[in-house]
Amino acid sequence: MSTSRIVVTGIGASSPLGGTAPESWSALRAGVSGTHRLEYDWVEKYELPVTFAAQGAVRPETVLERPVAKRLDPASQFALIAAKEAWADAGEPEVEPDRLGIDFATGIGGVWTLLDAWDTLREKGPRRVMPMTVPMLMPNAAAGNLSLHFGARAFARTVASACASSTESIVNAYEHLRDGLADVVIAGGTESAIHPITIAAFSSMQALSRRNDDPEHASRPASIDRDGFVMGEGAAALVLETEEHAKARGARIYAVVAGGGVTADSYHITANDPEGHGAARAVRLALEVADASPDDVTHINAHATSTPVGDPNEYQALKQVFGSRIDEIPVSATKASTGHLLGGTGALEAVFTVLALRDRVAPPTINITQQDPEVPIRLSGDEQPLGDGPQLAISNSFGFGGHNAVVALTTL
Amino acid sequence: MAFTNEEVLAGLAELITDETGISADEVALEKSFTDDLDIDSISMMTIVVNAEEKFGVTIPDDEVKNLKTVGDAVTFITSHQA
Repeated sequence: MSTSRIVVTGIGASSPLGGTAPESWSALRAGVSGTHRLEYDWVEKYELPVTFAAQGAVRPETVLERPVAKRLDPASQFALIAAKEAWADAGEPEVEPDRLGIDFATGIGGVWTLLDAWDTLREKGPRRVMPMTVPMLMPNAAAGNLSLHFGARAFARTVASACASSTESIVNAYEHLRDGLADVVIAGGTESAIHPITIAAFSSMQALSRRNDDPEHASRPASIDRDGFVMGEGAAALVLETEEHAKARGARIYAVVAGGGVTADSYHITANDPEGHGAARAVRLALEVADASPDDVTHINAHATSTPVGDPNEYQALKQVFGSRIDEIPVSATKASTGHLLGGTGALEAVFTVLALRDRVAPPTINITQQDPEVPIRLSGDEQPLGDGPQLAISNSFGFGGHNAVVALTTL
Repeated sequence: MAFTNEEVLAGLAELITDETGISADEVALEKSFTDDLDIDSISMMTIVVNAEEKFGVTIPDDEVKNLKTVGDAVTFITSHQA
């Protein structure tokens, strides 16, 4: 068990708002929407009920060299791009391979690879199914490839907890560092699942916004007329390390990972517990591990997906933990700008939370029309200043399966 | 329409470049797939699958291990065209 704090020394993202973390953050602060109409033949061909999404702003295959890209599902391509950025941002730490770990998640895995292979099988027969199909579609492909690329030999782990996946990965990375299993961990998550099958499936369960005539304003968490989430795409990565290791190499430190909490609802496979007990326990647990109290929290990056039932459930959870003080805490619902990156979303929101602490500002929440009185969290279309004092922010993620994950970050 | 040796070599070079990034200039008849071009088994199978489609031939799995050099592959493909 390490007595050293766990710190963030590098960040990276390839998101619907930009091909890098700084570009994504600038666009978020400027109130940009990453959601647009999908310009693919398959949208009309399959008469999809939803015709828009928040695609990655930069196609990953245009960034990576072709021999590298063609061995990776797009989900792993995004992961590699975000991780390389985070690694460079951390100053390419010198670390023993046995002391470098990977905690990298996905919600769905290589769905494009799987379904392309299925098409090939049906059209051309088994002989044409590519030998790389399985290593590309497996959910641990991103973690395995990052381990290869960065020479990480401590471990390469993947959790899959749907939309909670990459917050859970960050919590796991925190625990692995605290438990002394590594000195440095590349943590994060990825998703590239904007595919006709997922759009059809999420549509069938009435989960997606159908605002086809106005995609840019479709994701509107906490607004009274919200009608579902917007599928997003991309990856984000954070380099976490023990403070001791970071200081010894003179690294720039963004923030401290003070704690994390992971719980399960055991309520319903997709619906959140309407009273938010599991989510509230995850928030409390994260604060307890951080040796902090609800009164210390100064910013929340909410899960806030823009679904009719999810947003009030999260409010119920926050209300249980923070009481009437929830009215005073600046909250950001950044999925309004980014859409919902599923297994990549928690990591992207953790990157935004790190930058919120650095810049001491809660980023704006776009698309608020009229705020739902059942979700009276403190959102703003403008930036909300966080002040000069010590900051403690939490970032929440909840996933199908009843998974709740919360990470707590503080200023140094 | 049978492919000539030169056409098969050029086509294989294209597939090898696409799979591995090795420059097409490097791909010559005497080069060994493993020792000279550093092509691993999974890349080799990918190249085989793509070559079958490109040249309209079948390369049985048992035969792949006999294709040590680029020249072996060119000879096999040109002599097994439909």
